[in-house]
Amino acid sequence: MTDLLQSVVNGLLIGAVFALVAVGLTLIYGVMDVVNFAHGEMVMLGMYTSFFAWSLLGLDPLLSIPLAGVSIALTGALMYFGAVGRVLGKSPLAQVIVTFGLQVFLRGLAQFLWTPNTRTVPRPWAAGLRWEIGPVVIGGPQVIMAVGALLATGAVAYFMNRTRLGGAVRAAGEDPAAASLMGIDPRKMYALCWVIAGLATGVAGALLMNSYSASPTAGVSFVLMAFVVVAFGGFGSITGAALAGLLVGVAQGVVGLYAPSYTLAAALALYLVVVLVRPQGLLGTR
Amino acid sequence: MSAPTVLRRPSPARLSGPTGRRLPSWGTAALILAALAAYPLVFADSAAHNIGILALTFGIAATGWNLLGGYAGQVSFGHALYFGTGAYTTAALVRQGWSPWLAIALSLPLAALLAAAVGWPCFRLRHHYYSIATIAVAEIVFILVTNLPGLGQANGWELPVVEQSLANLQFSLLDKRPYYYVALGFFCLAALAVWLFLRGRAGNYVRAIRDDQEAAAAVGIDVHRYKLAAAALSGAVTALAGGYYVMYVLFVDPPSGLGLDLSVSFTLMAVLGGVGRFWGPLLGAWVLVFVQDVTRQEFSGSGRSVDLLLYGALIVLVSITEPGGLLAIGQRLWAPVARRLGGGRGGKAAPEPAGSAEVKP
Amino acid sequence: MTGALLRIDNLSCRFGGLWANRDVSFEVEPGAIVGLIGPNGAGKSTLFSMVAGAQRPTSGRLEFDGRDVTGWAPHRAARAGVGRTFQLMRVFGSMTVRENLTTAAFGRHSRLRDARRRADEVAELAGLGPVLDSPAASLTAAWKKRLEMGRALATEPKLLLLDEVLSGLTPTEAREAVEIVRTINRGGVTILMVEHVMEVIMPLCHRVVVLHYGQKISEGTPEQVAHDPTVVEAYLGKAL
Repeated sequence: MTDLLQSVVNGLLIGAVFALVAVGLTLIYGVMDVVNFAHGEMVMLGMYTSFFAWSLLGLDPLLSIPLAGVSIALTGALMYFGAVGRVLGKSPLAQVIVTFGLQVFLRGLAQFLWTPNTRTVPRPWAAGLRWEIGPVVIGGPQVIMAVGALLATGAVAYFMNRTRLGGAVRAAGEDPAAASLMGIDPRKMYALCWVIAGLATGVAGALLMNSYSASPTAGVSFVLMAFVVVAFGGFGSITGAALAGLLVGVAQGVVGLYAPSYTLAAALALYLVVVLVRPQGLLGTR
Repeated sequence: MSAPTVLRRPSPARLSGPTGRRLPSWGTAALILAALAAYPLVFADSAAHNIGILALTFGIAATGWNLLGGYAGQVSFGHALYFGTGAYTTAALVRQGWSPWLAIALSLPLAALLAAAVGWPCFRLRHHYYSIATIAVAEIVFILVTNLPGLGQANGWELPVVEQSLANLQFSLLDKRPYYYVALGFFCLAALAVWLFLRGRAGNYVRAIRDDQEAAAAVGIDVHRYKLAAAALSGAVTALAGGYYVMYVLFVDPPSGLGLDLSVSFTLMAVLGGVGRFWGPLLGAWVLVFVQDVTRQEFSGSGRSVDLLLYGALIVLVSITEPGGLLAIGQRLWAPVARRLGGGRGGKAAPEPAGSAEVKP
Repeated sequence: MTGALLRIDNLSCRFGGLWANRDVSFEVEPGAIVGLIGPNGAGKSTLFSMVAGAQRPTSGRLEFDGRDVTGWAPHRAARAGVGRTFQLMRVFGSMTVRENLTTAAFGRHSRLRDARRRADEVAELAGLGPVLDSPAASLTAAWKKRLEMGRALATEPKLLLLDEVLSGLTPTEAREAVEIVRTINRGGVTILMVEHVMEVIMPLCHRVVVLHYGQKISEGTPEQVAHDPTVVEAYLGKAL
């Protein structure tokens, strides 16, 4: 029972990071109808940024959050202007393939520059914290990651739902032609999506360095989980992604307790069930 | 799933370039075959033969992918599943003492059935929904094979080394030409099967489905059925590659037989060479295998590989400049030359769509 | 009336709380050209989609050629003899015009040679000769509409559903298109055509059905319908 409770808590905490990763994915998907297969690689680059901020400048992962966020936001803008923005309106195949190519490219770049070795920040500040609530032990890094991820996810949701600019982004996603009549340049809004996605993944990467290692393939499992989260929350729904992230985190924690090798398989199977049976997502209304 | 709008409206014409050139003529086929047959005689060293064997084997898989992804427009990122079906079935039966020929032959209908079974629910999904679903299915199988007992788990399976003969599909590693020519034979078989499928009604139907599913249904095409047919043949062809690959390396484990990277590489080969073009995947396979070989030698030992980097860059470059791949780029470069050389023939090969569209109805 | 080719019986279609069509009933007799008109959003396209099998009716019954075809999949409807065009011109873009027609002709002819012959006949009929070898994606809108008609015709339908094939054309183009429709009809194909603007199909149709807010408000000869006060009101109310 204690184990189960512990898994649920751990799952909830890591679920917040899933939510943050998924938010950018679902944003790009909802607004542009593009699946960013390179999303996990953006997280991976965020992790490396945070790692090098520590190894070169001695910055704790918590302090490198802004740096990682801004760096990957720039990377996102580069990816949009350099590649994704250039295939909009071309064949659907080119649109699917281009982010896939980016994924391979970024992973290859990391492998080439930094070798396949894993890189870890040995003792981040957060690792010194630890709470015990009854039988449940909560690690500092987990709490820091969850709190940071929730704040960042909330910020994105606030921006999209409550600000004028966020409204313009949504308008561009719903009807680009009408939006441009209203003086909104859809392409600028698309670029903004990539910047926001970059910010979110960069922040996620820096947060993750509190307890994970950076490696060229570090983003893979997170992005696969993020796909599941996006499907659960309803493709394109930011609030849905935030809630679904927590849900998927808990599910993963519980499955991991009984069959640790199969957590990803279980998540993917759930994904298939969701898209086949309820394509609008568990939490989606459409 | 909002309605497609001005910016998102795809123009399928860019997918495959000038029409009417999609299926090869006998002349082109004979020329390519002759060049492939001559290759191991011109390049005599074992390393070159190795490149050729791998390029042809992966060329088979990519040609299989292209049938479903390129011609029928159903972009699968999970084709390693069928490659793995070929590899694992062949490995399992050969370890039981079966003839590898029989084992490979048996794996083909198995992969076809599996592809149809996967397609049955998944083909209700469109575009990237379908693509992501294929990843999910293939990754689930990967995890199951890695963990469940009975299929070698993470350690994989080795195949017994037996007497060298054509019947056993095992040859000398000093002179790999037999391996090469068998691969060439299998490639011809695969190409022929795909060509036969595409040449008649089915070929027209799957291209119609790719261009516009609703319109295809409106002219009486059973969309689901033809997607399944394309998937089945595509799966079988890809399994052929898997079966032969395992006989060549005599080993299979989850990453080499079922990995996501493998699925990616089939897609990349087809896209690089020219998706929806008959010889595109073969060309892409040669280029990628060659690049991989060269870069692995260049950077061996350091753990750094430049090949992924190059693949990725090539793919991005191709998709933003010419989604028709290297073949389309080649055609574009060749067109003015051909026009200058042959006059009428070059002009016919590259029709001017703008001109014809200006004819008033 | 007995012997109707298409019998639409109390057909309804609801999206959420919105009725796109409600209890629509009418018949199309063999050999006729029937017009289906109505202001924007009257439910013409939904009705069309239901007849073509692309949209499942919420309730009601569809009978075609003596068979109950309610809820049939589009490809089955096409096989049974319902051909259709799309308002937004959905040609097979990567194929040439000839390939478009051949693909459609394959439904009745499994051999390539026969399908090609049928395609050439249709091309002749629909006046597609000048663009036969052009990629369909490169055609102008007028040509695409014509290809839509040709492609539907190549399936050898008994009933041809034409969805606004005349709108958006220049007067000359429209006159030619009307001529093609007449020719097709003379060849024995029954036609049900949706048009947005009344004037265009008045001289063409034998009978006209008027939809408004998803319901049939009038039916009769073009003459009768044009003078029906309900129809006049529906159109004037919409400021047409």
